Amino acid sequence: MKHSLSTKVTNFVRNLYYPIVAIVASLLLGSLVIIATSTTSPIDAYRSLFVGAFGGLRQFDETLLKAIPFIFTALSFAMAKRCGIINLGAEGQFAIGALMGTIVGVSFPNLPLYLHLPLTLIAGFLGGALFGLIPAVLKVQFGASELITTIMLNYIAKELISYFVNGPIMDSASSSYPQSAPIPETARLGRLIPGMRVHWGLVLALLAVLFYYVYLWKTKGGYELRVVGLNPHAGSYAGMNIKRSIIRSMIFAGGFAGLGGCIEIIAVQGRLMMTSFAVSYGFTGIAVALLGSNNPVGIVVAGLLFGGLQNGALKMQAMTTASSSVVLVVQALVILFVAGRLMFRLRTGRYLKQRTLAIPPVAMDERGEQR
Amino acid sequence: MQGITSFLQATLRLATPTLLASLGIVFSERAGIVNIGTEGMMLIGALAGVMGSYYTGSVILGTLIAMLVTVLFVSIFGFFTVIIKADQTVIGTGMNILAAGLTITANRAVFGASTSPPSIDVFDSWRIPLLADIPVIGPALFNQPIPVYLAFLFVPIAGFIMFRTNTGLKLRAVGENPRACDTVGISVTKVRFLAVLYSGVLAGFAGAFVSMGQMSFFTEGIISGGGFMAVAAVVFGNYTPRGVMFSSLVFGAAYALMPRIQAASMGIPGQFILMLPYLITIIALCLVIRRSNRPTSSAVPYIKE
Repeated sequence: MKHSLSTKVTNFVRNLYYPIVAIVASLLLGSLVIIATSTTSPIDAYRSLFVGAFGGLRQFDETLLKAIPFIFTALSFAMAKRCGIINLGAEGQFAIGALMGTIVGVSFPNLPLYLHLPLTLIAGFLGGALFGLIPAVLKVQFGASELITTIMLNYIAKELISYFVNGPIMDSASSSYPQSAPIPETARLGRLIPGMRVHWGLVLALLAVLFYYVYLWKTKGGYELRVVGLNPHAGSYAGMNIKRSIIRSMIFAGGFAGLGGCIEIIAVQGRLMMTSFAVSYGFTGIAVALLGSNNPVGIVVAGLLFGGLQNGALKMQAMTTASSSVVLVVQALVILFVAGRLMFRLRTGRYLKQRTLAIPPVAMDERGEQR
Repeated sequence: MQGITSFLQATLRLATPTLLASLGIVFSERAGIVNIGTEGMMLIGALAGVMGSYYTGSVILGTLIAMLVTVLFVSIFGFFTVIIKADQTVIGTGMNILAAGLTITANRAVFGASTSPPSIDVFDSWRIPLLADIPVIGPALFNQPIPVYLAFLFVPIAGFIMFRTNTGLKLRAVGENPRACDTVGISVTKVRFLAVLYSGVLAGFAGAFVSMGQMSFFTEGIISGGGFMAVAAVVFGNYTPRGVMFSSLVFGAAYALMPRIQAASMGIPGQFILMLPYLITIIALCLVIRRSNRPTSSAVPYIKE
């Protein structure tokens, strides 16, 4: 028993090595950007960032609040990635989820809460799922690479939001401003703890993480999905339907992002606006998923970290001359360093040997078939 | 007639950034590199061009600076994908976010929050005498900014390099069968890295043309998908320079159509018209029938035995 515990501890520390190195390296390089573009010293800038993010209960409350959407979009990226699909469309799926949630939210003002709120959340999930289904179908039917189609759908989603807040769901009370009417109380997600801003969305986010874990590791469908992601050839040989797995993974991926978008509107922002998506939730989710290595616990921890960065960046911008956009640079560097973690390997030779001995990744063409 | 001329003129001008960028990445794609970070490269080129032109007072120098800065930027991509052999898609996405972060930060630091953009030297139309007097097509084809001529003239040159020279042969071989190339002494790493750097030169040019040929300033969303369209143009154009020109013209026509549909006021909301280029890109990807030229080792890192 003692042995297995020590192995567990070693593995745990080993798993933390790369993420921590990646974050430290990113912050160090980010400090160069702060030096080049502001009069604040990086130490002062980062201090105000970290105090702003984790300095006290109120700050941590805000960090939790900011982490919720990132956990959802990270789940979106991770779910697709587990099936070998690169979902760059969480941005658009998040927006469409927010749009569908808003439409249901403002369209039925007289429903009781126990009906209205679930319906709104379901609409958000379905909106995102539909927007995730489109690139999946285009991929399995026409072989269109999801890398491009998901990105294109992000731009299309942006225009759809613009159309709706300028037209069909525009608030009649403020006719000159492109925004929806406020979400009625029956469709709002309340606060989790009185006096704090964090809301029930946190619980839903953790339930989504739990679902992600149970589905992928405890069900047959999830097992197939992961096998297809690891080795489509083996999956197909074992009689698994690759196309069905791809479609299923993208429905869940889109649904997670859509639910996150819906929650962000009904719990935090209160109404849909053109500026509702100023934070690029989808792309931050990619960084979160990568940092958490698509692992349920990893995603929650990385989500909190990025929530903190997002929250602290605003404080940093308010307190110092450093721009909040530095956080975007740090986020990008985290992606580069996590994906390129080989460069931090202490003994490169050993790794390469391991890698060539392991089963080589199977190249998949755009139809999801092995070449 | 006037309408056709101006439509053609707009199509060629609007096709140029896609064409320039995709004439670059068609080479790196052929070597087996999928660079989804093209969007970021163009963004860097767009800002570096504006800054270069602002400080030197010359659009030509500005463009050269844009190319240089973009090559430096894309060497990060090359380092991670070719040397470290990390996942190309993930690194490309990281590069796009890095480009967004760097350009927003640098733009705020240099030009501040001033509402009016700085006035800079930009590309003017350059009328070719006699040819521009041909009715209908004359003004469309021969009264354009210089980068438009360069982009289209480069198409046959790029085709020649790719299919008729030793360099082109090596490049394509590396994309098809890196192991065989390695065996006969071609350095896969070197060929791929140089192809990536080269794609940066043209993507930087493309970005500079957007900010100084189509517009005369930089905004944070200036490229808005143009780089991804260039990647799509390579797939749709079946990985050849000529095919890439064809797909760029299709995308250029989509852009040129937008204000014309708007002007015709057929009751279509503006937002749906703005979706047009993105929809066309998706449709183009679905219509790809011939994939014969897609390199076998596309997006697969090469690891020596």
